[in-house]
Amino acid sequence: MEVIQGTWHWAVSGFLIGLIMLVLTYFGKTFGMSSNLRNICSMTFAKRKIDYFDFDWKEQRWNLSVALGAVVGGFLASYFLMDSTDILQINPKTLENLKLLNIDAPNGKLGPDALFSLENAFTIKGFFVLLFGGFLIGFGTPYAGGCTSGHAISGLSNLQIPSLIAVIGFFLGGLISAHFLIPLIFGS
Amino acid sequence: MKLLKFFIVGIVFGIVLTKAEAVSWYRIYEMFMFQSFHMYGIIGTAVFVGVTGIYLIKKKDIQGFKGAEIDIQDKDFSYSRYIIGGTMFGLGWGLVGSCPGPIFILIGNGVLSICIVLLGALLGTYIYGILKNKLPH
Repeated sequence: MEVIQGTWHWAVSGFLIGLIMLVLTYFGKTFGMSSNLRNICSMTFAKRKIDYFDFDWKEQRWNLSVALGAVVGGFLASYFLMDSTDILQINPKTLENLKLLNIDAPNGKLGPDALFSLENAFTIKGFFVLLFGGFLIGFGTPYAGGCTSGHAISGLSNLQIPSLIAVIGFFLGGLISAHFLIPLIFGS
Repeated sequence: MKLLKFFIVGIVFGIVLTKAEAVSWYRIYEMFMFQSFHMYGIIGTAVFVGVTGIYLIKKKDIQGFKGAEIDIQDKDFSYSRYIIGGTMFGLGWGLVGSCPGPIFILIGNGVLSICIVLLGALLGTYIYGILKNKLPH
């Protein structure tokens, strides 16, 4: 059981993610999770008001099913397949960086309390950092026409130059966040 | 019942990303600080498997499941939308450590405050929908 309960090796994980993309392709679909943000919007009043959301979201029920499955999978993995003493053995150097930024170490948690504890999430700063991060993800992915799954996995697998450009953008943004934005927000 | 197989794919996706720790803010931060190979290994392996699989599907003209039409589309070429949109997404990804898939998975993981990120993401997509025709693509 130890093999299952601990962190899965990158090669096993990557292999399975590649396989998931191929299975969806075999089912006649395209792997891309960010489309679900648009799908959810089109299930609301936005459908009648804005052209971009005026499509038949029912044809996207398959993708919403994947998202719903992902929620259930996350639950199953967290509650039945995880030994929280044995996860997230991250680089000691990273831990030192985090300490300087007053961000707590994993100790079995998936995300730091400095961002995700409910106590923090309901301070004005904490709430807006999460909302702003989400906003950038929600605005950026439809603009770029996909996210990690749609461009980095599906697109690159099909040798798409646009996806490569998008992935370069993802990294550019991520590097700016990790090296400048996070120290700015959390550093004292 | 046509949807059941997609639901199951989703469950596997949720389990794999949780166990790979790709849903973890720490792993994303570690990746962008270039302090670990883990995430690069995952994405690299997935793309390697994907390139091989897509190549074989195209070359052997493999038919879809129960007559489903395999639909591998080329993306339209442009610079602005991929660079601007991609960088915006990357800023969010690096900040809150989750891309759209993990946002859903983390709800199942019991990280409740991720709902604020989801709310922000829906708001972002909604505003994009309003501004779409005014933005350079």
